[in-house]
Amino acid sequence: MNDLSLRIAPHRIGAMVLRYWYLLLSSWPRLLELMYWPTLQIITWGFLQTYIASNAGFFARAGGTLIGAVILWDILFRGQLGFSISFLEEMWARNIGNLMMSPLTPLEFLLALMTMSLIRLAIGIIPMTLIAVWFFDFNFYSLGLPLVAFFCNLIFTSWAVGIFVSGLVLRNGLGAESIVWTLMFALMPLACVYYPVQVLPHWLQWVAWSLPPTYVFEGMRALLSDHVFRSDLMLTALGLNAALLLASFAAFIALLRSARRAGSLLSSGE
Amino acid sequence: MARLTKIYKTATAVDGISFAIRRGSITGLLGGNGAGKTTTIAMIMGLVQPTSGQVEVLGHSMPEESAAVLGRMNFESPYVDMPMRLTVRQNLTIFGRLYAVDHLKERIAELASQLDLTDFIDRASGKLSAGQKTRVALAKALINDPELLLLDEPTASLDPDTADWVRGHLERYRERRGATILLASHNMLEVERLCDRVIIMKRGRIEDDDSPAGIMVRYNRSTLEEVFLDVARGRDREAAQ
Repeated sequence: MNDLSLRIAPHRIGAMVLRYWYLLLSSWPRLLELMYWPTLQIITWGFLQTYIASNAGFFARAGGTLIGAVILWDILFRGQLGFSISFLEEMWARNIGNLMMSPLTPLEFLLALMTMSLIRLAIGIIPMTLIAVWFFDFNFYSLGLPLVAFFCNLIFTSWAVGIFVSGLVLRNGLGAESIVWTLMFALMPLACVYYPVQVLPHWLQWVAWSLPPTYVFEGMRALLSDHVFRSDLMLTALGLNAALLLASFAAFIALLRSARRAGSLLSSGE
Repeated sequence: MARLTKIYKTATAVDGISFAIRRGSITGLLGGNGAGKTTTIAMIMGLVQPTSGQVEVLGHSMPEESAAVLGRMNFESPYVDMPMRLTVRQNLTIFGRLYAVDHLKERIAELASQLDLTDFIDRASGKLSAGQKTRVALAKALINDPELLLLDEPTASLDPDTADWVRGHLERYRERRGATILLASHNMLEVERLCDRVIIMKRGRIEDDDSPAGIMVRYNRSTLEEVFLDVARGRDREAAQ
């Protein structure tokens, strides 16, 4: 595996996607799990939204803000998990050495993980959005074109985080696995998923505005409350995401090289 | 490879070794635990970055020109596994695609026949016996018909019958393909039978380098196992004589 090669061979990316697809199909509990948590989330928060909306004026006016935030948060969180779990499968299977010595390049490997993140996300999120329509009268898809901007920005952030944590696990072994499950939650309070940025102390707002998801959640609230699509927010988020993706790729390559120096690709356990 | 060195923090795993391997030959790396065999092979594969020195594989510098080489080589090692939840056929299909193998279905059928995988080719890899897993790992290592094959303990944990069968297959593969094979092993009989040349390593350095017969003559021993014990216990050639 040549670390910095920008070669992209679709047949190699396809081979890796096929590998994860076989893995998904080999276990129905894994498939079910992809839908289980998003379904629980939407049911819990959906009923909460219903209750609050009947008692509070703001939520009555901005119908679906809470449910919309839950769905968008799940895109961010499960996008990263979908990426990282496919990567962890290689670590658990002790297959990293086979891949690193094959003609697969790091870029192709990461593109395959991104593809799998989309597939896993679709399996989890589509039933979630259907439940929102059937039970809570919230049609996520009625957001229209802005939804594409929200989705793209969130998935780009989730990949950037996924790439970075995968590099950490590659370098430090499965002892660093817990980062995969927890790092995204560190962003949750700062990305202002359920409340506007103004709620934060002034100095913390700067931190919040440095995170691309903050723009998405603000944009969603603007759309649902004021019926305005803030393209300026989406473009800023896109710029930040581009920088984040480049930085995470650079970090992944640096961590991969560090793993080669430390010999950790030979002992990918804890 | 030239003046190849690997230092992990303060421990020197490989200490300035240099050797070249003739194409079409089988070379054995011999040495006790911690001699540096696995690290040497891992550096050739590109899994471990040398602290200093150069590695050239099939005429190309590694890792700079690895794109030209990785599709022409392959390996088997106890440090990696095949994904266990996938069937043997699925695993071979994926690796075949990664290596852009032409006529993949036919190639898998050919390997299944040669390595006797047919009975369990649609079984999950994790449910195979040690001998079956080794044959599957060998099939993966041969999927792209490699010119260079790196093997780390290829018959470890196999019963004598299966181990003998694997050695026979490797001999036939070398003859048919004209492939170059480098193998690390603790099994002296295996090295005697398979290798044209033996490189004995100790504490990261090359202790001796010759044909199995040449080494046995120099140490005045009738088996490589006796030579191995001499080297491991610090008895040099002159003392042995």
